[in-house]
Amino acid sequence: MAYSNKVLEHFKNPRNVGTLDKSQKNVGTGLVGAPECGDVMRLQIEVDDATGTIRDAKFKTFGCGSAIASSSLATEWLKGKSVDEALTIDNMDIVEELALPPVKIHCSVLAEDAIKAAIADYKKKNGIEVAAEVATA
Amino acid sequence: MGARKIYLDNNATTPCDPRVVEAMVPYFFEHHGNAASRSHPFGWEAEEAVDYAREQIAKLLDADPKEIIFTSGATEADNLALKGVYEMYARKGNHIITTKTEHKAVLDTCHRLEKQGAEVTFLDVQADGLIDLAELEAAIKPNTILVSIMWANNETGVIQPMKEIGDICAKHGVLFFSDATQAVGKIQTHPRELGIHLMAFTAHKMYGPKGVGALYVSRKNPRVKVTAQMDGGGHERGMRSGTLNVPGIVGFGKAAELAMKEMDQDAARLSRLRDKLENGFKQLEEVYVNGNVEHRMPHVTNISFKHVEGEGLMMTFNQEIALSSGSACTSASLEPSYVLIALGLGDDLAHSSLRFSLGRFTTEEDVDYAVEAISKGVQHMRDLSPIWEMYQEGVDLTKVEWSEH
Repeated sequence: MAYSNKVLEHFKNPRNVGTLDKSQKNVGTGLVGAPECGDVMRLQIEVDDATGTIRDAKFKTFGCGSAIASSSLATEWLKGKSVDEALTIDNMDIVEELALPPVKIHCSVLAEDAIKAAIADYKKKNGIEVAAEVATA
Repeated sequence: MGARKIYLDNNATTPCDPRVVEAMVPYFFEHHGNAASRSHPFGWEAEEAVDYAREQIAKLLDADPKEIIFTSGATEADNLALKGVYEMYARKGNHIITTKTEHKAVLDTCHRLEKQGAEVTFLDVQADGLIDLAELEAAIKPNTILVSIMWANNETGVIQPMKEIGDICAKHGVLFFSDATQAVGKIQTHPRELGIHLMAFTAHKMYGPKGVGALYVSRKNPRVKVTAQMDGGGHERGMRSGTLNVPGIVGFGKAAELAMKEMDQDAARLSRLRDKLENGFKQLEEVYVNGNVEHRMPHVTNISFKHVEGEGLMMTFNQEIALSSGSACTSASLEPSYVLIALGLGDDLAHSSLRFSLGRFTTEEDVDYAVEAISKGVQHMRDLSPIWEMYQEGVDLTKVEWSEH
């Protein structure tokens, strides 16, 4: 199966790989997927307390090229957005941007889940009410 | 970048040896006849060429040329053996014994036969990939007609104890069929000596062309028959109709002749290179070789690089190095390799596996280059991997509450 150039580009030069200090109150961490399923994504956001915008975002992903590209793209999109804006990122936006084939749509779903989980973690740490359906791992 | 192309996927298919290609060429135009045309020299030439190839192949198997039935490949030969025996021996029983690590051409054929009334036992394998002989013997019942066990596994290279299985089948008067696709031409495969009655194999795994294979069918002690699965002109002693693929068969014959001559030196050289490859990865942590390392093909190794996903890992070098992964993501099924799962590997290790299969045209430089490039890839992917980070921090990964999806 051939990958799109955008997937290849993110795979070769992944953006924002790394780890934020999860003990910080303004850092939210989302860990989704399972090694048994062949995909694990950890996505972290660091929120600027004064402005409420996402100042930094980092990821590490165990998975195929599409999973890595999806999480790399997600971190790019997250930076500079407010927490509530970030919640509007939809997996289909990722599918479109990266031209993911149908068998790889689950990678984008996982990236959306990771975003939601990171935000939920941040909100929980800061006493902000969390939408009920999302859980952090 | 991209200048180098290293092929370590010889279990998928081998390059066609140039000497084989050379032997085939005259049979496309110059000697284009139909081997079944009995009334003119074009047909005679073609028939003669087919007879010669049949002899070359029979010699490799230490068999009678009449025991070789040409097919379109190993998948067809597997189908013909299983379905053909099931139909031919229906009066004797309907029970077939096979294993969980067979190729899909055997497994799916067995599943179809189940729908048609067959009873099929799928034996487990042990952690090293070998079957338990006592379990096999215990599974044989009065209505058992056939035991179908592959010679060498395509993913791990593990070689089953063929002689012992043959003895058990003989003791109980049950036919023994082996899918020997990965073994023929690479190690000695003499079916009669080991009590194998039917054996499937193909040219394109032994440096011959694609599109031609064969089924060995024992002709004496016992004389085995299979019901044809295609109706037509009654070629191949009535067992497989269809105009013979003369150039393909000529190439198959030449490939068999070369294999016979070069098998020992190829095997010795490749097992040394394979060991060098495995040793090259020892500097990396958390690397595991899957399957029995004593009883396996000389040119194959299956390695799990823990905490790295196979397909992602392959993307770091697949412009230059070709091989296969046991990861889910290489196929549309999203299920990791059922062969590795049958060995008892966790899904995580199965997702992290790569299959290396070397071949006649693999060089030492290829292996050295692959070790370096793949080691770099593993390092890169581990730097990207959250579970590698957790592992290094001493997190017990089995205790993490993963969100399955």
